[in-house]
Amino acid sequence: MNRSRALLILGLLAVAAALSLLLALAAGSVALRPGEVWLALTGRGEGMAIEVVRGLRLPRALAAFACGGLLALAGALMQVLLRNPLADPYVLGISGGAAVGALAAMMLGVSANFGLEAAAFTGALAAMWLVFGLARGDGSWTQTRLLLTGVIVAAGCGAAVALMLSLAPEDRLRGMLFWLMGDAAQAGDPLPALLTLAAGLAAALYFARELNLLARGPLLAATLGANVARLRLLLYFLASLLTAAAVTTVGSVGFIGLVVPHLVRLALGNDQRLLLPAAALAGGALLTLADTLARSVIAPQQLPVGVLTALIGVPVFLFLLARAPRMDQA
Amino acid sequence: MSANVAPASSRLRYSDQTNEPAGSRRYSSLLTAHDLAVSIGGKTVVAGLNLALHPGERLAILGRNGVGKTTLLHTLAGLARPEAGALELDGHGYAALGPRGAARLRGLLPQHQGDAFSASVLETVLIGRHPHLSRWDWESEADETLAREALAAVGLADLAARSIHTLSGGERQRVALATLLVQAPRLYLLDEPLAHLDLNHQIAMLELFSRRAREGGAALVMVLHDVNLAARYSDQALLLHGAGEHELGDSETALDAAGLSRLYGHPLRVIRDGERRWFVPKMPT
Repeated sequence: MNRSRALLILGLLAVAAALSLLLALAAGSVALRPGEVWLALTGRGEGMAIEVVRGLRLPRALAAFACGGLLALAGALMQVLLRNPLADPYVLGISGGAAVGALAAMMLGVSANFGLEAAAFTGALAAMWLVFGLARGDGSWTQTRLLLTGVIVAAGCGAAVALMLSLAPEDRLRGMLFWLMGDAAQAGDPLPALLTLAAGLAAALYFARELNLLARGPLLAATLGANVARLRLLLYFLASLLTAAAVTTVGSVGFIGLVVPHLVRLALGNDQRLLLPAAALAGGALLTLADTLARSVIAPQQLPVGVLTALIGVPVFLFLLARAPRMDQA
Repeated sequence: MSANVAPASSRLRYSDQTNEPAGSRRYSSLLTAHDLAVSIGGKTVVAGLNLALHPGERLAILGRNGVGKTTLLHTLAGLARPEAGALELDGHGYAALGPRGAARLRGLLPQHQGDAFSASVLETVLIGRHPHLSRWDWESEADETLAREALAAVGLADLAARSIHTLSGGERQRVALATLLVQAPRLYLLDEPLAHLDLNHQIAMLELFSRRAREGGAALVMVLHDVNLAARYSDQALLLHGAGEHELGDSETALDAAGLSRLYGHPLRVIRDGERRWFVPKMPT
């Protein structure tokens, strides 16, 4: 693998991502041809097409793309941090914290997008600090301890979520369930998520070769000149913030963060300099496609996109595991 | 490195012999420990260790399981803080060198190789180039040539494209040694370099690293369990007796039947074969 080959692969993935966005803008109850989408995007088409493309489909498609990219990137980073190819962005309880925050706000009657996002983000940050503080404990910072703390905090959040669901008034239950399953229809402005993705990817790429070292073990990474303690802290906060941004925007969409880095690793190898941007692009494209499917398969009825990603993700994952049993054993 | 390379026959200096001007010592010694104390979990590994390892010299560390050989090696590598005393690598403290500067001067062979993710053998060896590349560099063709040469040197040229997960223990160990060769440090710290290796590769690896010391002006510190190989392939020996007690001296004199019997708590005797001595454990009949 060298730089020019990596750039070529990323270029191809970027084209695929653009195509997925185009499809998301064209498909739906008002089907548009690519030319019409372009006209509408540039503001020269007929009024309704402009309204549908720029007002409805574009923000939703961009939000789905950004969150897919965020989740896939966060998943890839978590896998390096925990040195476990089966880690996903939710394993350390970030999404649990966000769910507790968002559902609590819903129960209290908050319905504004902004209020929900603020509550979810606050919950995610609280879970992040809780796991960090508890796993640090006496100053040691081992993978096992971090993982166990995260899993336990996630379990606690799960219990809190179940409690709130059972106590919630009937009329709010449906919204809460959709939030939990992940739903791009509720996404507001996609810009914060897109900016977070760009900033997060830039930060991750800055450390990409050091992440290659860390994936091979903290001791080897330290002997080859990486500042391991600093690198792991950075990884933890970066992956957590990316996850929090995604979950805040579209809810806890499952499987993108686990399956996409895995697929990319199987196809392109484990060089983080290629894996991280490729996972971000592939994750974005995949969630955009899944969301387009979710709102058009049984239209006008909409499915929560998280259910769809899980329905696609589970068989794909099982197939990969069965096909390549020796590839990624921890 | 040229003018400072001491002849291979030069010897370790001890604290009681170091009344020479500080300057000359500073420039000739690759690794210097002043009054070093190392402990782990409240147990002392060494106390008051003074050593100066020069280019071309090979030091063997021997001791029983759990006596702290690995901890001492990690401390010498600057990866663990000593309890007391100071370490200098090529005349600089580890704090002044920084992790990256240190990585260009010293390399460590870890005792265990962990491969959580799959990668090819060549990719794994190329990792050793990390300290020589700047942040946005990718490995160049020259780096790849170095990696292939290192793989050839450890007898794995044919396995470059293989997945690391398909290797045997001995092959994996040689990949780790090749990674270290590609890192090309001046001080090699080897934690059980012969683990998992069969006899021919044990000798071949010791010859390979001794040649780097003799011809390349490198210095070696090796944790070894085979006393005969230690006697043959080291210039100096450090015996860790536990509870902070240590012995440091010429391999010729420091390794003798009485000392080794005490070290391992098992009687050994010497068989002479011309110039060479062979240590043989006494076995129950």
